[in-house]
Amino acid sequence: MIWLDFLKAFLVGGAFCVVGQILINTTKMTSARILVGFLLAGVVLECVGVYDYIRDFGGAGASVPIIGFGSSLAKGAIEGALENGILGAVAGGIEAAAPGIAAVIFIAFVVGLVATPKTK
Amino acid sequence: MKRGSTVNFDGVYVENTASVVGPKEAEGPLGKYFDKQVKDDLLGQKSHELAEIRFHITAIRYLMNKSRRKEEDVDLCIAGDLLDEITGASLTMREFDVPFLGAYNACATFAESLITAALFISSGKFKRIISSTSSHFSTAERQYRFPLELGNQRTPLAQWTVTAAGAVMLSDIPSKVAVKRATVGKVVDFGVTDGNDMGACMAPAAADTIVRHFSESGLKPDYYDLIATGDLGTAGSELMKVLAEKRGIKLGSNYNDCGAMIFNRVWQDVGQGGSGAACSSSVFSGYIYKKMLLGDFKRVLLVPTGALCSKTSILQGESIPGIAHAVAFEVVK
Amino acid sequence: MNAPDKEYLALVREKMPKSKHLTTVFRAFWTGGVICCIGEALNVAYSSVPGDFSSDDVAALTTITLILMTAILTGFGIYDKIGAYAGGGSIVPITGFANSVVSSAIEHKREGVVLGLCSNMFQVAGPVIVFGISSSVVVGIIVLIFKGAFA
Repeated sequence: MIWLDFLKAFLVGGAFCVVGQILINTTKMTSARILVGFLLAGVVLECVGVYDYIRDFGGAGASVPIIGFGSSLAKGAIEGALENGILGAVAGGIEAAAPGIAAVIFIAFVVGLVATPKTK
Repeated sequence: MKRGSTVNFDGVYVENTASVVGPKEAEGPLGKYFDKQVKDDLLGQKSHELAEIRFHITAIRYLMNKSRRKEEDVDLCIAGDLLDEITGASLTMREFDVPFLGAYNACATFAESLITAALFISSGKFKRIISSTSSHFSTAERQYRFPLELGNQRTPLAQWTVTAAGAVMLSDIPSKVAVKRATVGKVVDFGVTDGNDMGACMAPAAADTIVRHFSESGLKPDYYDLIATGDLGTAGSELMKVLAEKRGIKLGSNYNDCGAMIFNRVWQDVGQGGSGAACSSSVFSGYIYKKMLLGDFKRVLLVPTGALCSKTSILQGESIPGIAHAVAFEVVK
Repeated sequence: MNAPDKEYLALVREKMPKSKHLTTVFRAFWTGGVICCIGEALNVAYSSVPGDFSSDDVAALTTITLILMTAILTGFGIYDKIGAYAGGGSIVPITGFANSVVSSAIEHKREGVVLGLCSNMFQVAGPVIVFGISSSVVVGIIVLIFKGAFA
């Protein structure tokens, strides 16, 4: 049932965003702190093995939020350490996150060259 | 004559004023009072900083044309703004062959420059002085907060920096509106650390200056037709009224706030209202001065307020003190 | 140095307007949900493309596509309007991360390409990269030490 997958993604993704919004409303945290908080939560949840279940259930709802980015970093580091020893432990995380980081840097560079800030 | 930190002036007059505002300010409730409304807040410049400087130049140029004065008729220009090291005012003044004193008291700069100018003129050694300030939403936002295109939600406490420049020409030649007295404010810090909550940072300073103004001048709040603070915003004004009332000064319906007047909070999505160094200068130059010429206001107390902070001081956890100076204008003829 | 005026700070807390929890949380929920559904749709689309993409590859492609979409919306000055409405809904997804990088890059291009755009690109999002990579290295080393527990 494909629609069920969408519903699950919507609910899981929405739930993470609700947590973020509650943090904004109650703690005056800025976006950088919220992103870091979610990322570290993802790393921890992956290490204790919980995030696999969330990802199986939520699909994109678990991988699109930045918490999924944290979990994939941790997953990469764990796999790297188990397969390639010390080098894998150091590089595994960034290898897993490499496509996203490379895309962000390159796209931001190109868009930054082209676009200008708009009148508010 | 001086009592406490309140000075009385004799023979200092407002010769003319000029104001230039951006598109959002022009749409606001006071839009029609401003001399020039600009559609493009970039003014064809390549950065918002240069645009702010262009706003400032336009205001001073317009003021000179309006009052038919040349650069050599102006003895001094006292100007300021919010950009780092007040580069806005400094770079503005390279366009003019006029002596320049830079002023900085955050958003209370306008009052600081008015008081300095009035003192220079009452010394008898200077005849005509321009006092002006500018601010720009897009330069303030990147300097104090975040990139413009960052998808951040503004807190309900936030205020909207006014994109404008206001300039006032003071002289010793009698005219309709006179600068009568002024109270110099103190730096007041009640320990507010939230950089978004400017109203709460500045309210104690404004209340202190207003209370001292009335006790030192011996006047009552209803002496003035309008008491206008600079940019406390709607909620900040309420705090200020509570603080003033605790010290025995009850402000009635003649009290208002320039930041609350310049925008329509209901549909312009500006949080608590306008702020910025040009908030009080453009509202005074555009709205208040013209209303005084029409005779709608006879006596006005303008209290521009400033929050004294920098991005560094906020990041290092310093609390944000406020400052406010009061300047009283009266119709004399 | 003045001591904080506790009475005043209490007055500030009482008088100043608060965020409206119900509205903002609802907006964050549905916009965040929709962004994740776009991700899900991209996942479905990329898995149906012929060729042997593993599930990790599909996820990476989806991420890149979302980043590209965000960058374009940011460049046209639309994403910050979405953000003003959605709050957490547009910050928490990977699109919020992309927006913070792209918006910083755009903002600082006027100070030059090298010293403006490039050096300020991670002005907002830098901590995410620093914490992300540092924590993954820490995790890797911990795993290395306690290999048995994870194998």
